[in-house]
Amino acid sequence: MSDPKPQADALLPLPPATFHILMALADEDRHGYAIIRDVAARTSGELKLSAGTLYRSIQRMLEQGLIVETRERPAPELDDERRRYYRITPFGTAVARAEARRLTQLIRLARASGFAPERA
Amino acid sequence: MRFYQVLLRLYPASFRGEFGGQMCEIFAMRRRDTSGLPAIAALWFETLAEVLLNAAAVHGDILRQDLRYTARTLARAPGFACTAILVVALGVGANTATFTLTDFVLIRPLPFPESGRLVKLWEREPGYTQMELSPANYRDWKRMSTSFEAMGAFHPISVNLVGQGDPERLEGETVTSDLFPLLGIQPLIGRLFTAADNREGAPGTVLLSYRLWQAAFGADSGVTGRKVILDGQPYTVIGIMPRDFHFPNRDAELWTAKQFQEQEFEDRNDNYLQVVARLKPAVSLAQARAELSVVTSQLERQYPKENEHIGATVNRLRDEFSQQSRLLLVALCGAAICVLLIACANLASLLLARGLARQKELAVRAAIGAGRERLVRQMVTESLVLAVSGGFAGVLVAVVSIPLLARLVPNTLPIAQAPDLDLRVFLFAGALTVLTGIAFGIVPALRAGNADLSGLREGARAGGGRRERLRSALVIAEVAASVVLLVSAGLLMRALWRIQAIDPGFRGDGVLTLRTALPMPKYEATARRTEFYQRVLSEVRSLPGVSSAAYISFLPMAMRGGIWPVSIEGQVVQRTESHTASMRFITPEFFSTLGIPLHLGRDVSESDTVTSPFAAVVSQSFVRRYWPDRNPLGRHFQLAFHDRMVVGVAGDIRVRGLERTSEPQVYLPYRQVPDGYFSFYAPKDLVIRSAAAPAMLVSAVREIIHDADREQPISDVRTMGEIVEEETASRSLQLRVLGAFAAIAILLAGIGIHGLLSFAVSQRAQEIGVRIALGARPGDILAMVLRQSVLLAASGVALGVALAYAAGRGMEALLAGVKPGDAAALWAAVGLCVVMTLAGSLLPALRAVRVDPISVIRSE
Repeated sequence: MSDPKPQADALLPLPPATFHILMALADEDRHGYAIIRDVAARTSGELKLSAGTLYRSIQRMLEQGLIVETRERPAPELDDERRRYYRITPFGTAVARAEARRLTQLIRLARASGFAPERA
Repeated sequence: MRFYQVLLRLYPASFRGEFGGQMCEIFAMRRRDTSGLPAIAALWFETLAEVLLNAAAVHGDILRQDLRYTARTLARAPGFACTAILVVALGVGANTATFTLTDFVLIRPLPFPESGRLVKLWEREPGYTQMELSPANYRDWKRMSTSFEAMGAFHPISVNLVGQGDPERLEGETVTSDLFPLLGIQPLIGRLFTAADNREGAPGTVLLSYRLWQAAFGADSGVTGRKVILDGQPYTVIGIMPRDFHFPNRDAELWTAKQFQEQEFEDRNDNYLQVVARLKPAVSLAQARAELSVVTSQLERQYPKENEHIGATVNRLRDEFSQQSRLLLVALCGAAICVLLIACANLASLLLARGLARQKELAVRAAIGAGRERLVRQMVTESLVLAVSGGFAGVLVAVVSIPLLARLVPNTLPIAQAPDLDLRVFLFAGALTVLTGIAFGIVPALRAGNADLSGLREGARAGGGRRERLRSALVIAEVAASVVLLVSAGLLMRALWRIQAIDPGFRGDGVLTLRTALPMPKYEATARRTEFYQRVLSEVRSLPGVSSAAYISFLPMAMRGGIWPVSIEGQVVQRTESHTASMRFITPEFFSTLGIPLHLGRDVSESDTVTSPFAAVVSQSFVRRYWPDRNPLGRHFQLAFHDRMVVGVAGDIRVRGLERTSEPQVYLPYRQVPDGYFSFYAPKDLVIRSAAAPAMLVSAVREIIHDADREQPISDVRTMGEIVEEETASRSLQLRVLGAFAAIAILLAGIGIHGLLSFAVSQRAQEIGVRIALGARPGDILAMVLRQSVLLAASGVALGVALAYAAGRGMEALLAGVKPGDAAALWAAVGLCVVMTLAGSLLPALRAVRVDPISVIRSE
């Protein structure tokens, strides 16, 4: 990971599910169901990740080093033994930023072509 | 919840193990948050779809990953990858090619609708199970039987086509109008024959084959209605048959409407009609046979003299080919399966060895968390990748080799010369490939999956006795299968030599033959034909290098029929005994041209004319049958409506081919034919013995014939030697294929032995080093390594010889009298195996001798 920039670019564009999961993990570690709910809330219920899609994405993201499983767990009374918590890695953050940049650029181009409304 | 857990089984075990628990939890929460029957139903529906989709996607992810990994590992071991792919390609290629051919000849239905109901009818009489029908019997069978929806007849014709470029000799059939409709075939262009075309005296009509239409008529779609001249008679083209229509065989180029003349129905023993019928839907073959036997016995009562002992043979049209054709193909299939087994054993052996060599790598992967299932899956993917690549290469091998095998397709079936590769063939090749990949990849994969951390222990020696035993068993199987192939090839080679050594009774070398079939009625008068023969023969004889030349009705082996009943005054001849002879008309010098010895009396001569007593030269077997131990010269017999007197005795020749017994031969002078009789037997084959090269001769002879009659085509130009060679052509092709299979087999077995020993030597390097350090001499080490290979080879040979004997028994009918236990074939095979074993062991043995004791002991 000495030079994360080119590696991050190699993963772009991100599948939407992956980007959403990264956003859900941006501010805190979450377990699977929490991610699903966070994504649903963030998109006002528009995107409901299924368990299969979620864990298929998580598996790939673990392999790509975008997230890790974390050993730190919340207070025991809040925790369930079986739950696994995931945390975004610095590389994951870099990739998410790169994706955001890519999308922003795209929107800028779309505006120039008149496909997207000007910023209010 | 339980159902959800069952659903999760669709995911790969590794994924399920990793995330299954959490997925269950999520599902439980969502289930808890859902109430009301419609909502719960919707949840289940959604979950089901989601699991199906995602499970497939996860499998796809893993496959992609494994494929990437496989590509990397195989690229690192190109030698291994190429060997494995080649091995599979040979196995799959050999089997796909033979399957295609066998499917085409033995299995696939004939290219006619409901072809299972098509049957061929024959007369059966003592000595002959399949005789053509006489027109009278055909008419009666058709009238009296009820088993058939329709019945049609045909017989071969050959005609001269004049007016479409050079005069051309064409083979065709003259058919009754019921024939094509009963086959269920429609013309490509135009119409089929109608009953009106069959009426005596109706204008001549002809249907063209697709090939002839293309070649001689430039594929002109307006050809129907055009007049063509066949044998000097006008015919109207009424249609073109489809491209893939071959009936009754591939030689037929055109079809004319059969016009029976009333006198053709007079002689019930004039057998020349081939008959095809379509069974009624509810009638079985057995019922049809039973009914025809009633019909024939009725006819026998009605015509006790002519129809004595005449029964009927009913075969499916599908089965109209010789037992030998079938056996040749079945033997090839057996050989191909042997090659496949050897290839599979080799692949398994290669994968096992590779698994051993990669034990450390696998142990590392296991240590960092790859489950056994993932490792096995990875290995199976790898062997499948090898198998599929090999399978593709194998199909290519098959595509290239199938046209070369086309000679094994018998020309007695109404099918094309070469099979087309269809979906079935690709399915077969695909199934074979996947089976090879899975069946022979799974054991090595499971073995490899057992790798545990022990593989990582420093200095741990890879390999266990069990694996080596399995590989030894595979090598033994390979050796055994190669012995079976070698012995079979040896037996067939001995059989081929034996047949080639059979004296045909004539000397074919240096004899050029060609056909000038004189068209009737132009040449109906014997004198007119005589004029033609005399002119051509005298000019040919004066060509430089030509020592003699003659004409005959039909060449031996090229035409096997022309068989007539013989009767002798004063001898009571039972119909049950076969008293027949092959009848030929010849010009003088026929015997000297073909080198047939004249033992007694004289040759036919120019002075044997219609006005002199009818003479005959007979073969020795004819004399042995009728006048044993008596002088046959001057004796009389009846043949073909005439009394004939023996004037000479010639040596016997193999008219029916090298492998069949022939009827005795009777040769009649070409001038002793009443006008208009025996036009079928009018001499048409010219034989020329010459010292000059045949190719040089042909153009000169062509010119002579052109000058004698510029409308006369020439066909069938070949040497007598080629005709004899043709006799064993399918056998020698089969032998070449089998020989190639055997060569592949022994090569693979050699590679197998080499691989196993190399591996064993590298595994035992330390032991060998210690032995050398303790004073073992190179000879001892060599003996130690060779002992292992000899043991393997000996076990394989013992097993192989037993199996080869069984295989030999199975194809005894092909062996022309060579015994399945033929010592020469067995010893040759064993000898080759010894050579192969030694060659395979040589390098590993030398490597063992060169082991440096100090370095291997230090490395420990």
